[in-house]
Amino acid sequence: MGAREEILARVRSALAEVSDVPAPPPAPRRTAVDDVVALFTERVADYRATVVRCTPERLATTVADALPADAAVVVPDGLCVPVERATVDDGSLSAAELDRIDAVVTEAAVGIAETGTIVLDHGPGQGRRAITLVPDTHVCLVRTDQVVLDVPDAVALLEASVRQGRALTWISGPSATSDIELDRVEGVHGPRNLHVIVVADDGEG
Amino acid sequence: MSNATFVGMPVFPTAARDALEDAQLRHNLAHATGTIRAKRARLVEEVDEVSDWEDLRLAGAGVKEQALLTLEEQLLQLERTLTAKGATVHWAGDAAEANRIVTGIVQRHGVDEVVKVKSMVTQEIGLNEALAAEGIAAWETDLAELIVQLGDDLPSHILVPAIHRNRAEIREIFLRAMKGVGRPAPDDLTDEPAVLAAAARAHLREKFLRAKVGISGANFAVAETGTLVVVESEGNGRMCLTLPEVLISVVGIEKVVSTWDQLDPLLRLLPRSSTGERMNPYTSMWSGVTPGDGPQEVHVVLLDNGRTRALADEVGRQALRCIRCSACLNVCPVYERTGGHAYGSVYPGPIGAILNPLLKGVGNPGPEGEQVDSLPYASSLCGACFEVCPVRIDIPSVLVDQRVKVVDARRGNGAVASLSSGHLAEALAFKGAAVALADARKLGFGERFTGVGLRMARRLSTLPGLSKWAGTRDLPPAPQESFRAWWKRTDGGRSEGER
Repeated sequence: MGAREEILARVRSALAEVSDVPAPPPAPRRTAVDDVVALFTERVADYRATVVRCTPERLATTVADALPADAAVVVPDGLCVPVERATVDDGSLSAAELDRIDAVVTEAAVGIAETGTIVLDHGPGQGRRAITLVPDTHVCLVRTDQVVLDVPDAVALLEASVRQGRALTWISGPSATSDIELDRVEGVHGPRNLHVIVVADDGEG
Repeated sequence: MSNATFVGMPVFPTAARDALEDAQLRHNLAHATGTIRAKRARLVEEVDEVSDWEDLRLAGAGVKEQALLTLEEQLLQLERTLTAKGATVHWAGDAAEANRIVTGIVQRHGVDEVVKVKSMVTQEIGLNEALAAEGIAAWETDLAELIVQLGDDLPSHILVPAIHRNRAEIREIFLRAMKGVGRPAPDDLTDEPAVLAAAARAHLREKFLRAKVGISGANFAVAETGTLVVVESEGNGRMCLTLPEVLISVVGIEKVVSTWDQLDPLLRLLPRSSTGERMNPYTSMWSGVTPGDGPQEVHVVLLDNGRTRALADEVGRQALRCIRCSACLNVCPVYERTGGHAYGSVYPGPIGAILNPLLKGVGNPGPEGEQVDSLPYASSLCGACFEVCPVRIDIPSVLVDQRVKVVDARRGNGAVASLSSGHLAEALAFKGAAVALADARKLGFGERFTGVGLRMARRLSTLPGLSKWAGTRDLPPAPQESFRAWWKRTDGGRSEGER
């Protein structure tokens, strides 16, 4: 018998006397808030990420301001805003080449207010995972209509992407460690600078 | 670089005594566990203001329990979805088999090094040692794991494995060991945590950029969608999961959850319980191979290694719900004083005290069997671990049940005498308690003598044989009357003070 059959047989025998399996109780929801976007920006800032709000008209300037001076920048295909002198990733940049790039600008799939999290599903405007990982600064654009209250809302919205086989990256602040005497240090292997730009919906202030 | 192991660790009381003499260790542990405890408590309060932490725990426990009780169905489903999404699924009955599978894949790619995400399960199976035996270097990339590996040391906490090292020691380790295995630490290295973290970043970056094979575990595996989840802080996980061409994930069969939406309560419970954060910095989720993004060859090794043994234990089965948050370590009065090494396993603390005997079985011969059998006694049964467990594992009940099983197994193979006399005395006392508690009249009778008994015990505690038991326990002063007598006299407290 192979390992697979052996393990499955052991599972079956271990559970032989189990007859009824209760469904898990539903997870509780948190109470609603008046201003989800305000909660989102407050919680992102808690992680010592930079967070600013802007209108669609001001977006290009706000992005330019967020980038380090003379930075080498990479952007994914389909980014909603033009970034001057940026390289558009065509999937051919190696990890070593990405390591020589200072910053990346992407969109996001979802923002979670309660936890201050942005989630990338690496669709158009977000790019493959490596480009938001190797450069040291990540400028991430989140539209106000993408911000949801809590984790269960995000999980529901992301289901379609997962079923399509897309990878997801959940980001809550810059890379961090507390491994040395529990002193929190921002910036280990992931981008040491996370810059979140919350873009007002069209028609919104 | 050599690889230290837990093999040959002494039984818990012996190991604990040594640990207790290490003042630095006790200081570090008290600081670390106290800090995380406070952060967690604040967040639980925050959740309770807008929702209900207890309901969230019930939901998390329910998700894991359902998956465990339907495990065969979930594993077959996971295998189907993973395969459909381009992953190769392997099954491993034990550690040796898992190590053979992983080593074989690495060898087929002709590389002599791999980068690793912090993973409890690969430590459990001794993967690094198995790879080293074949001339393959496994680079740990989590900062704490790197400190442990460079220091030729053992992890002592699930979440912060180098909790027993202070910054000065870490600086020493980096200066001494980094140069032997890659980019050396800078000469002007200070002991500032930010400077040390920067040195680790520089040291590991060249390894990430050239790595062909990455190895990980998984926090969760979703059967419905074939999705693996890795929760982390530093970004080393993302590096290992994204940059290599080949990714091998070793996943315990208990990591499976049934449906995608069931990740919700677990993703809310884990970071708050673990690091005391609303969310950890990075969570990666991937479902097999994503064309044009990340590793294009993806392997998943489903591992038993004792998990089906634990599953067969009706009381102990709940331990497989564990999501490795380490909240139980941080509240445990025993762990806080002895640290993780005394448990002789990658799974220390209260959860380790039940998980190790459940995975390995009790009553096994030899020093290793003795060591495992000593673990269920490494507890005062105070219950703090159950209170904080995000998936409601009733650790105290399982501890008591495991003690019974240790005694039964040792009696069964004629080895009761080999169990330390303290444990035997306690086993007999519990037997007595079982008789008394089973019958209300006997309980009343026994209680009347408790006052007498406590006074006697205080005197007897100096006698040989009993001193071992009493020497580690503070006996309460004998009450003036028993609870039942008090209840009767005061009408359940309604006429208190009318003595």
